[in-house]
Amino acid sequence: MARMKFLCDSDRCIECNACVTACKNEHEVPWGINRRRVVTINDGKPGERSISMACMHCTDAPCAAVCPVSCFYTTADAIVLHDKDLCIGCGYCFYACPFGAPQYPRVGNFGGRGKMDKCTYCAGGPQQDNTIVEYTQYGANRIAEGKLPLCAEMCSTKALLAGDGEMIATIYRERVQQRGYGAGAWGWHTAYRETVTV
Amino acid sequence: MMRLAPTLALALLLATPALAQTQPGAPAAGTPEIQAPVPEVGPASGGQGSGQVPESTIQGDTPTGTPAPAAAAAVTAPQARQPSAQAPTPAPFSDRGQPSAEELELQAALRGERITGRITIPDARAATLIQPEGQDWRTFHNRTLTLVGGIAVLGMLAILALFYLVKGRIRIDAGASGRTIQRFNLFERAAHWMTASSFIVLGLSGLNLTFGRYLLLPLLGPEAFTAVSMWGKIAHNYLAFPFTLGIVLLFLIWVKDNIPDKVDLAWIKAGGGMLRHGHPDAKRFNAGQKVVFWITVLGGTLVALSGYVLIFPFAVTDMAGQQLAHIVHGILSVLMVAAMLAHIYIGTLGMEGAFHAMGSGEVDLNWAKEHHSLWVEEELSKARGTVTGPTAARPLGAD
Ligand code: HEM
Ligand code: SF4
Ligand code: SF4
Repeated sequence: MARMKFLCDSDRCIECNACVTACKNEHEVPWGINRRRVVTINDGKPGERSISMACMHCTDAPCAAVCPVSCFYTTADAIVLHDKDLCIGCGYCFYACPFGAPQYPRVGNFGGRGKMDKCTYCAGGPQQDNTIVEYTQYGANRIAEGKLPLCAEMCSTKALLAGDGEMIATIYRERVQQRGYGAGAWGWHTAYRETVTV
Repeated sequence: MMRLAPTLALALLLATPALAQTQPGAPAAGTPEIQAPVPEVGPASGGQGSGQVPESTIQGDTPTGTPAPAAAAAVTAPQARQPSAQAPTPAPFSDRGQPSAEELELQAALRGERITGRITIPDARAATLIQPEGQDWRTFHNRTLTLVGGIAVLGMLAILALFYLVKGRIRIDAGASGRTIQRFNLFERAAHWMTASSFIVLGLSGLNLTFGRYLLLPLLGPEAFTAVSMWGKIAHNYLAFPFTLGIVLLFLIWVKDNIPDKVDLAWIKAGGGMLRHGHPDAKRFNAGQKVVFWITVLGGTLVALSGYVLIFPFAVTDMAGQQLAHIVHGILSVLMVAAMLAHIYIGTLGMEGAFHAMGSGEVDLNWAKEHHSLWVEEELSKARGTVTGPTAARPLGAD
């Protein structure tokens, strides 16, 4: 089985936000929720980099570790998913997640945040694959159709890579060797406790 | 610049589409590594005079998603790119030598700093790319709080059980007198029970968030456990208000009787009459009760304040503040639960006659004399004052 990962090559990302838009559109993500976002660090300064970030589908995921109702599960492809029917909207996963991935439909006064929503790696949720119920709760299930996440698939610069960790790491390594430099893979140390050694 | 131009043009002429794609002019052209005619740089230097597309470039390209006929494209690409070759002045591209993402991430993690940037969506919190504190908070919630809470609650239960087994129930030495004296009026009792009942539900629903997944989830199954936790959460959020009101009321009505004084020192020296036998003097509240009072008032205030921060997430503080509020709330709560277990024990099982104080409000006179001697004297003299009054000249002791 593959170990699915995301890798954002910040030397390529041009902050076009197409991944963000594609994600919103593919899953009909409600207003106010961003499963994916593009953060620009050192904006306007030398060394400016843009990084597209969503859920990294961590090894030993912090969100799953703190959830008081244990509603997370990891698929055979190492994708971290959760069950919205079990979520109580406590917000703990948002406190624990290093990448700010969990999102809530409401502001959350009086604990009324609503069910947590986050990137599913286009893998839906615990409902029957590619059903209406699954779509309304979690969005499209491209993985079940044998496709990779849409954000990475349509990235025009191929900055955002999704797929088996080994494979995308190899692609990234080759790029770095070829162009002679690489700023590294953001989030890999935190999410996967490993780096893409070149 | 003039001297560079031919090299640049040549570099671009032979650049593969992939290289051109990364960005035509500026970055690639402006970088010394790329334009320098140093042979060992290989593919990155494009065509240093070889006049051929390096084999490795094509190979390296394939997996990046470049269309397969890379070589063919390479022939046509340069013409289109030609104009841009002269145009850009190479900007000082100083970040090449800077530490990589992994290193920055590691440094940030070690220093506990967040990596933040700029974002184009309204949610300002999303500008944080990585917050390593999340891992600390996880450790707090999963390890520290479970340990402290588990030890505090189970430890206190063990101590109380041991105490009960060794010492048994504290009886009224002189036996019940059959006459009672009012200890707490209706208002005091109402305030106490409002605070206590909301505290119990707050405590149980809170502990459920910390321990429920280990203790209740296996028993109830996921659906029922979620239902319980959901109701618990709603109860926790709304009972916060009667609890806070109760804390304020209890403080106002009892603070005057809870200022520590010399009598308390003597009481503590005598072991409160619990560890050694005997009944040290005490006013309305003895030193032990004063401790419970201040734990409730001060602890309760901090728990309530941190709780309100949690109830209105990000209204007054940021991520670090929310996490801190949670740490304060969790730790103080479990410690308070432990303290209140002792309070409940002594008020019910641990001491004969004590519960009436908060039940009917009337305690047996002998109980009162034994545990609150100075208070009883005070109350009796007050009562005598009203009974004897200025007019009635009744013989002493006639009452
Ligand atoms: C004024 C009062 C209080 C307020 C506003 C408040 C609010 C909160 C909130 C918002 C949470 C986060 C979970 C959720 O959204 O439901 C929480 C958790 C918790 N509360 Fe309270 N609370 C209050 C009083 C108490 C009291 C009196 C206790 C204990 C006796 C308590 C024990 C806990 C515990 C143990 C947790 C879970 C901590 C964890 O698992 O990390 N709370 N509280
Ligand atoms: S990125 Fe956040 S939400 Fe995603 S698996 Fe990791 S901790 Fe969980
Ligand atoms: S918000 Fe939902 S998913 Fe997140 S920790 Fe709470 S119950 Fe679990």
